[in-house]
Amino acid sequence: MVKAGDRAPDFELDGGIEGERIGLKAFAGKPVVLVFYPADWSPVCGSQVTLYNEALDMFDEYGAQLVGISVDGAWCHAAFAKNKKLKFPLLADFEPKGAVARKYGVYREKDGICERALFVIDGQGVVRWSFVSPIEVNPGAEGILAALERMKAEG
Amino acid sequence: MKDEKKIKLEQHQPGLVIAISEKDHAQGPTDAPVTLVEYGDYECPYCGRAYPIVKKIQQEMGDKLRFVFRNFPLNTIHEHASQAAQAAEAAGGQGKFWEMHDILYEHQDELVDADLRQYALRIGVEIYRFEKEMSEAAYANRVRDDFRGGIRSGVNGTPTFFINGERYEGKLEYGALVEAVRAGVSVREGKNQE
Repeated sequence: MVKAGDRAPDFELDGGIEGERIGLKAFAGKPVVLVFYPADWSPVCGSQVTLYNEALDMFDEYGAQLVGISVDGAWCHAAFAKNKKLKFPLLADFEPKGAVARKYGVYREKDGICERALFVIDGQGVVRWSFVSPIEVNPGAEGILAALERMKAEG
Repeated sequence: MKDEKKIKLEQHQPGLVIAISEKDHAQGPTDAPVTLVEYGDYECPYCGRAYPIVKKIQQEMGDKLRFVFRNFPLNTIHEHASQAAQAAEAAGGQGKFWEMHDILYEHQDELVDADLRQYALRIGVEIYRFEKEMSEAAYANRVRDDFRGGIRSGVNGTPTFFINGERYEGKLEYGALVEAVRAGVSVREGKNQE
């Protein structure tokens, strides 16, 4: 798994809010929070993305961009995002399935989905914090905010 | 496996980071051996389920328990949650927080503005002040501050409970919660005897 200090693997996936393709480059210079989650619509994911959606202004205070990633397709993401009124993009790691999750070392071969994993990446594209939660547990937002806070203090 | 999960989660679950202060809404004595804090959302069905459980535990524990309620409305999925939370705070501004808190949990499906006004009338708050404060969103920041504090304490959904500052990880049922609260009492009282 990609760890703190590693260069964040780049990628480009469908799923921008306007349907555009999005990669790390799109956020050049900004901290990025990559949220890998197992699937749209599953109850825990619902509460995890809902929680982050509700806390977006807290990530904004660090100038950070939150991005969700799962193996669901772009149309599924669009319906899910609309239903949950999400204000951050969901990227479709759909074809080849799980390719980006594999790059980050958080793909579950056996289940065909990705882990519930968090990566905080700085403006230079270096991973500063990562965390894998037990798949059924919503990890909350505190770990992300603490990492962004440390990053800001360290410059 | 279970232990491994616990260790992983402890890395970023700091417990209750916002200390209880006079700004909080609390029932029970300040020096009670156990303080139970709930982060809740008035439109959340699980919080609705927790409401009678907490009431029963309060009855059972009497003066040994202080109960604190903090707002954690998930507005984007519960469209009336923030308004309801503000209504409870506005009632609180007139000394009737708990009356509104209770009525909201007893009417979780009826939380539109007209309902909130009805409840305000029913509990006997000064209605013009209530309506003025609601229309000015006078308590929006207060509700938001509770939410932000909850996020920093690792609250990941509602209801989330803390017993003497430690997050409660057990089931949302009377037996498990009251047992955890009782355990909090014996830890505190054991310490006092030392």
